[in-house]
Amino acid sequence: MKAQVEKVWYWRVALIIGIAIVWHFSSGRLVNPLFISAPLDVLSRLWGLVVNGKLAYHASYTAFHAIAGFALGALAGTVVGITLGRMQRLALILDPFLMGFYSLPKIALAPLFILWFGVGTEMKVLFVAMIVFLLVFLNTYTGVRQVSREQITILRLMQASESQILRKVVLPSAITWMFAGLRLSVPYALIGAIMGEMLASNRGLGYLLSDATAQFDTAGAFAGLMAIIIMAVIFNALVRISERLAMPWKEMESERELSF
Amino acid sequence: MASDDNVTPLRSVQRAVVEFRGVEKRFHVNGTWNIAVEGIDLSVAQGQVVTLVGPSGCGKSTLLNMAAGMFPPSAGRVLYRGEDVVSLNTRVGYMTQQDHLLPWRTVFNNIALPLEIKGLSGAARDQRVRELIHLVGLEGFERYYPSQVSGGMKKRCALARLLAYDPEMLLMDEPFGALDAQMRLSLQVELLRISRQLGKTVLFVTHDLDEAIALAQRCVVFQGRPGRIAEVIEVDLPTERDLVGIRFDARYVQLTQQLWRLMAPELTSMAAQREKQS
Repeated sequence: MKAQVEKVWYWRVALIIGIAIVWHFSSGRLVNPLFISAPLDVLSRLWGLVVNGKLAYHASYTAFHAIAGFALGALAGTVVGITLGRMQRLALILDPFLMGFYSLPKIALAPLFILWFGVGTEMKVLFVAMIVFLLVFLNTYTGVRQVSREQITILRLMQASESQILRKVVLPSAITWMFAGLRLSVPYALIGAIMGEMLASNRGLGYLLSDATAQFDTAGAFAGLMAIIIMAVIFNALVRISERLAMPWKEMESERELSF
Repeated sequence: MASDDNVTPLRSVQRAVVEFRGVEKRFHVNGTWNIAVEGIDLSVAQGQVVTLVGPSGCGKSTLLNMAAGMFPPSAGRVLYRGEDVVSLNTRVGYMTQQDHLLPWRTVFNNIALPLEIKGLSGAARDQRVRELIHLVGLEGFERYYPSQVSGGMKKRCALARLLAYDPEMLLMDEPFGALDAQMRLSLQVELLRISRQLGKTVLFVTHDLDEAIALAQRCVVFQGRPGRIAEVIEVDLPTERDLVGIRFDARYVQLTQQLWRLMAPELTSMAAQREKQS
């Protein structure tokens, strides 16, 4: 098993090197470097951004926008999801509105958010929060609705009170769904933050990216993209780790032997 | 008035814990009405162990569900201590076919759940859980999650949880089905002991015909589709039984034979013919 994992990693590294080599040799020969730059240029630009502290500066803004928005949206989504999940009638009334809102491309709301909240930090954080809220809310809501009725009945037979049922069955079983929503939200939080920064800002990785392309600085744009990818990988890892800490039984489920 | 530890069941209404009167239950499935059970008249007296046997799908679980107040009968009445069961009957403990353990709780914490609900905490709770874990033989598995243990262990965990909340009547739906012979026997012994000592009334669904006789004071035999009571076997064996020794008891053998004949008349007649020929 372990040897297999190692092998996979060899292949992954080989793939990256392969792509870099093809990129390196096609740049300037097959394609104009103005469009695709070159891997070494991108790396040196990225390194330059690291050394002069610009990367840390812009990344810290993006991280703040994404994380603050994520936290705000996740909290609101969880609370509203659980509440509506328990209030069937209200949920029924609100259902078409929520679905309509959910189907709307959230980017379309960005200009309104700028109008309402200006071009500052609040706008980005709230924009991210809105996107994350919808995802986490819908997942948590579904989770609460899908709690096993048998498990609830068994607890009722044990004379459990409503609050005990909520604490001992509903919340723990909704947590699985909540985390599904959180995991789904990570890329959207980044999209929201970067989108907001590209539209109206003078800092953040989104600004770095749009600024570089505006100056035909392809190496700078690719360096910005790489920084964004690295940030996304880190965020994903963080959610995964907290998922593992919050739901140890899930880990066990994936580790158990197959049972037929 | 008969003495308290009477071997034959008392039929008096006042002492019946659970009583089915002309009960029928229909379910609406795929546009047609499916009759699960009909014409059920059965009363279970205080402290009695009554077993229900019959082919799959003959509505035994449906009766248990109605006794637990999951749903009302379509016709007839289901009474608990003389009153109609109209909502969830919290005086019974129900061990269903599926264990319905909480997957996010370890074996230990699943068993502790009913005690937590009762407001028991700390050392008293842990002490009781350890006793129950010892009783069902789950030592060493306290910290495992349900997904990590075998089907038989899950059953034992569910049984321990049922005993933890100490209801006055036990509804059990094939509780010992997935267990090995030794574990099954030791839990059967335990169940009878609990029923005797604490006067627990037990309604017990099983597919094991030996178990159906060995545990019961009365064994109710069902026939399928729609489920009806075909016969009630009064098990006139002593209330205090040795579940190992009883297997060699002439009366026990006779009763199991009777049950086998009821359940599988073709098979038993074939066997009888073969015996005659040889």
